[in-house]
Amino acid sequence: MMRTPSSVRPRPNRQRRSVILTVVMVVFVIYSLLPLAWLVVSSTKTQKSLLSSFGLAFSGPFAFFDNVQQTLTHDNGIFLQWFGNTLVYVVVGAGGATLLAALGGYGLAKFSFPGKRIVFAVILGAIAIPGTALAVPTFLMFSQLGLTNTMWAVIIPSLVSPFGLYLIWVYASEAVPTELLEAARMDGAGEIRTFFTISLRLLAPGVATVGLFAIVATWNNYFLPLIMLSNPDLYPLTIGLQLWNSQGAGIGAQPIFNLVITGALLTILPILLAFLLMQRYWQSGLSAGSVKQ
Amino acid sequence: MKRRITRSVAATIAVLVGLGLAACSGTGTSGSGDTGSQAVDAALKKGGEITFWSWSPSAKTQVAAFEKAYPKVKVDFVNSGGANDSNIKLQNALSAGKGAPDVVQMEYQSVPQFVLAGGLLDLTKYGFGDLKHLYTASSWANISQNGIWGLPQDTGPMALFYNKATFDKFGLQVPKTWDEYIDAARKLHAADPSYYITNDPGTDGGLGSAMLWQAGSKPFQSKGDTVTVNLQDEGAQRYATSWGTLVSEGLLDNIGGWSDQWFANLANGKIATLPAGAWMPGVLESGAAAGSGNWRVAPMPTYGDGPAATAENGGSTEAVTKQSKNPALAAGFLKWLNSSDESVGIFVKSGGFPSTTATLQSSEFLNDKPAYFGGQEINKVLLQAAKSVLPGWQYLPWQPYANSVYGDALGPVYASHGDLSKGLAAWQSANVTYGKQQGFTVKQ
Amino acid sequence: MSSIALRADTRERTATRRPRRRWTGLWFLVPFLAVFVVTILAPVVYAVGLSLFRNRLVGGDSFVGFDNYIQAFSDPKFLEGLLRVCVFLFIQVPIMLVLALIAALAIDSRRLAGAAFYRVAVFVPYAVPGVVAVLMWSFLYSDRYGLAGNLNDFLGFDFLKPFTTEWILPSIGNIVTWEFVGYNMLIFYAALRTVPEELYEAAAIDGAGPLRVVWSIKLPALRGAIVIATIFSIIGSFQLFNEPNILAGSAPGVITTYFTPNMYAYNLSFVGQQANYAATLAIIMGVVTAVIAYIVQARGARQEVR
Repeated sequence: MMRTPSSVRPRPNRQRRSVILTVVMVVFVIYSLLPLAWLVVSSTKTQKSLLSSFGLAFSGPFAFFDNVQQTLTHDNGIFLQWFGNTLVYVVVGAGGATLLAALGGYGLAKFSFPGKRIVFAVILGAIAIPGTALAVPTFLMFSQLGLTNTMWAVIIPSLVSPFGLYLIWVYASEAVPTELLEAARMDGAGEIRTFFTISLRLLAPGVATVGLFAIVATWNNYFLPLIMLSNPDLYPLTIGLQLWNSQGAGIGAQPIFNLVITGALLTILPILLAFLLMQRYWQSGLSAGSVKQ
Repeated sequence: MKRRITRSVAATIAVLVGLGLAACSGTGTSGSGDTGSQAVDAALKKGGEITFWSWSPSAKTQVAAFEKAYPKVKVDFVNSGGANDSNIKLQNALSAGKGAPDVVQMEYQSVPQFVLAGGLLDLTKYGFGDLKHLYTASSWANISQNGIWGLPQDTGPMALFYNKATFDKFGLQVPKTWDEYIDAARKLHAADPSYYITNDPGTDGGLGSAMLWQAGSKPFQSKGDTVTVNLQDEGAQRYATSWGTLVSEGLLDNIGGWSDQWFANLANGKIATLPAGAWMPGVLESGAAAGSGNWRVAPMPTYGDGPAATAENGGSTEAVTKQSKNPALAAGFLKWLNSSDESVGIFVKSGGFPSTTATLQSSEFLNDKPAYFGGQEINKVLLQAAKSVLPGWQYLPWQPYANSVYGDALGPVYASHGDLSKGLAAWQSANVTYGKQQGFTVKQ
Repeated sequence: MSSIALRADTRERTATRRPRRRWTGLWFLVPFLAVFVVTILAPVVYAVGLSLFRNRLVGGDSFVGFDNYIQAFSDPKFLEGLLRVCVFLFIQVPIMLVLALIAALAIDSRRLAGAAFYRVAVFVPYAVPGVVAVLMWSFLYSDRYGLAGNLNDFLGFDFLKPFTTEWILPSIGNIVTWEFVGYNMLIFYAALRTVPEELYEAAAIDGAGPLRVVWSIKLPALRGAIVIATIFSIIGSFQLFNEPNILAGSAPGVITTYFTPNMYAYNLSFVGQQANYAATLAIIMGVVTAVIAYIVQARGARQEVR
């Protein structure tokens, strides 16, 4: 009998398809994608027909490309500015968060030093406190440092990912054998060098996972940037869209719901793309992290 | 952390002292007023850079025109997104001691709060008192309590906007009194339950306050640190009885204002009337375009046989913040923004309702026959409204907060078709508690 | 030899060997800790300080000791919000996690054609920003011009009324479930993928049916993942803010400013100029959340040992 080592993943597909499971999953998919169907259909409508037609049916002139063009050029193309801002926030913020979580989790996993448990308890306790009440103190602090209304006000808070830290901790305990590190040490390599040349490669799936979650979190970051930024030129997409949304309310209002909807659709697409491209990293990253010792 | 607290205590003391001094230096400034307006003119000539926060659709055009007229001045315009967002950002900046703009748009109802917080600059010393004659009495009153805190931008005297097509369809007459209004509401809703006389889910504190005002109530009085909250005076009871009938009989649509359902129902006539401020034409024209030609304007219904009476709903001013590093220049920009013909003209063209008497009484303004209103000379009706605003109204020093919790008190009452006066009593009690918590002496 | 035996050997050896570097590990943690201290810990400490003071519009700052806390525990608005999130938690979290579990098991079962497609499709809602998610569901819930309205018309009576007091909490629960079921599904699915093939083969030899396999192999493998997912879901539920806050505009009169403790704190802080009291509420919520999270974690660990 062939014994497949546990490190080889693919399982032979020997069983017949289950109809029940297919039905169940189709229901799931409809549930997941229905609201998005509304978004797609609505992005093809003009402002006028948005208000006067059924949401899930195409209606009126097909205005998708018009809407996209308007979205990208409205108000001197500020949407593109917001898009660029979001890219910066995500690359620096999510990138930084992943690096910090990787370093920290690795340290917690592969080294013994006093106070590990306390450190983690403090971290978990601090994120248990709702962020809304911490926004004002954070704002006041950043204001003293002269950082409010700058990109740093958005980037610095997004560098902390406690879940990422925990994930790398668990993953590094499993995926990076201590012997390898010992061997490197005996060769005289410094710890940092070892980390970047040896350990990081072994940690790649886990790091990619943390990176992906961090990308989603920073791409959709809303509350703290709302407090920190007063200059619309620095807004990320989420806040920019909300600005357009609120322009439909109040005195002297000029509703541009069609742009809000098209903008929302455009906001989701890059994330979906990053998603699909990185699919293969997820399962191996998270899976090894859940293996118990 | 101890340092931080001490610093904020020190800052508060400084602010209170500053307020005290400002109160002392008060009104005897006619002499310094002349030098004041000269200082403003000099600053405009010299040039410089200022920041301006506003959410008016016309602000960008106005800023561009200003920079053309005064090429040496650069205005950094920031779209603040709306009154609520702007208030939050301004309040944060004041707490932090920096980050506030030079000139900021602010609703009239928020002015007392920011004056109390010591965030606004008294413009008396720049000779702004000389500009009083340019504006309607009610709009000037909004910014001139114990100092001059800005210049009125627009004003919102209330009138009754109604959908003539709906009225004709159901054989309704334009109501002149609130009793007639209630009858029309009953008739309309009975004929077709998907039609309502108007919408009110009980969450708009600004509307509620304005309706109280129109009924002759003066629920909020404040003098220094003493505040009186009385939502059961004669006027309030009149309002509660009359409007309360609409609530308890389920004659009000529960859609919120400025939602897309609201715009849709305005366009298709299922919301038959809107008691609203004079800025509503702009909103209707841009948001409910499909209803063009159907809407008209009439004076607000009266209580019984009394004379025409109305209130102000909304409207905003621009103010100069104390954090401004170039107050004279900021004052100069503000003066141009809200009193120069060019700027006011741009504002009116974008759909705003002006507060300058000259504009309001100009024949061009009065003879305007917008197609949306079927060619009716709506501004004549609205001018009459502006003239019949009841005097003596005051906002609470915490009006934005009061409006934010209005829905908590009245929303459930509306949803259960309950007793409006009970809802008002709940709002009163919430305000009294809050005022006491904030250190005011509160009477009822 | 068999890989299992080899692994056990390795584990034994690493267990006895103590890593020699003691403080270097801390250095790896320093960048994370530095940002953590500045952006999270410092504001928490500041918030604790705030909660001991009161800043009035008239009168400024004054030290009030624990008065804010005493006020909070007898504040009906806070207690109502707290009860509401507790109810929300006890109902929404299990439902969401069970759904995520079913989806993960289905996708892992090898009896589903096109499993990869389902995996992506179910995960997509997580990528959608909260603001946009609520926007989409507002449409679906609208009984005027939305899907709910159409369904009601079709059925002839008011079947779906999401924006009424009775149904608003389930409506919000549905949105939150929609947003996060895919995320949790993926956590579970990944844990399932670590189960060694040998176990399945042994089960096949013993003639175990699919349900038996699920019960005896898959569920035990999921224990750790379930604990983690539960803890983070609990934290999320207690901090419920985004969805009701944005939905308040579509459900006027039904969602109050104190609907959840987090909304209450937000409105107190940003509209009511009462940052001290808001900080107090946040600290209390943080403690409650941490205690419950700890209990869940302790019970989960205990079961593991067993």
